[in-house]
Amino acid sequence: MARIAGVDLPRDKKVLAALPYIYGIGRTRAKQILEATGVNPDTRVRDLTEEEVAKIRDFIDNNYKVEGDLRAEVQLNIKRLIDLGTYRGLRHRRGLPVRGQRTQTNARTRKGPKKTVGVRRKKK
Amino acid sequence: MGRSKRKGPYVCPKLLAKVRELNRKKEKRVIRTWSRASTIVPEMLGHTIAVHDGRKHVPVYITEDAIGHKLGEFAPTRTFRGHGAHTHRSTALK
Repeated sequence: MARIAGVDLPRDKKVLAALPYIYGIGRTRAKQILEATGVNPDTRVRDLTEEEVAKIRDFIDNNYKVEGDLRAEVQLNIKRLIDLGTYRGLRHRRGLPVRGQRTQTNARTRKGPKKTVGVRRKKK
Repeated sequence: MGRSKRKGPYVCPKLLAKVRELNRKKEKRVIRTWSRASTIVPEMLGHTIAVHDGRKHVPVYITEDAIGHKLGEFAPTRTFRGHGAHTHRSTALK
């Protein structure tokens, strides 16, 4: 059983396709890891030998920030912006797009599912 | 993002001169500026700079974390008062 960087272990895929299941590892890094450790990218995860798994695990531990640590770093960066009182922090706080995108339409990824807002009439 | 290293960070020359003048005199006074595009440089540490938001100058105290950001990031230009009815709250200017 291949358990790398905490919890991840997709079984039947080739290693090249399985490594990106780890948060912080994409296709590019997966390729680099396999190159550096000399593991054949086409082996299935279940066919990996113990040493191969160990080699991959060590390589990731020594070179990349992944999973929890990486998530924490991202959260920290966002928190920094918020605490600083910057415009970007404000956008994070409001859950609106941060990089100047339009919000009249779209922006659904940041804003979440559509909430209809009725017009509140003037109170007498 | 994107500015040449050779040029260094952009800081409005007038503003920088004022900051240096205050540093030289060891003074702390609020500097008003319209230059929202200026990068915050270490020399401004501890100063308060009043950054124009299009209507008034918003005082911004420069902390260490703010270095490298632009002055404009700290003075929002829009006031959103919500959609719908015009209540007293939503129409009152601050």
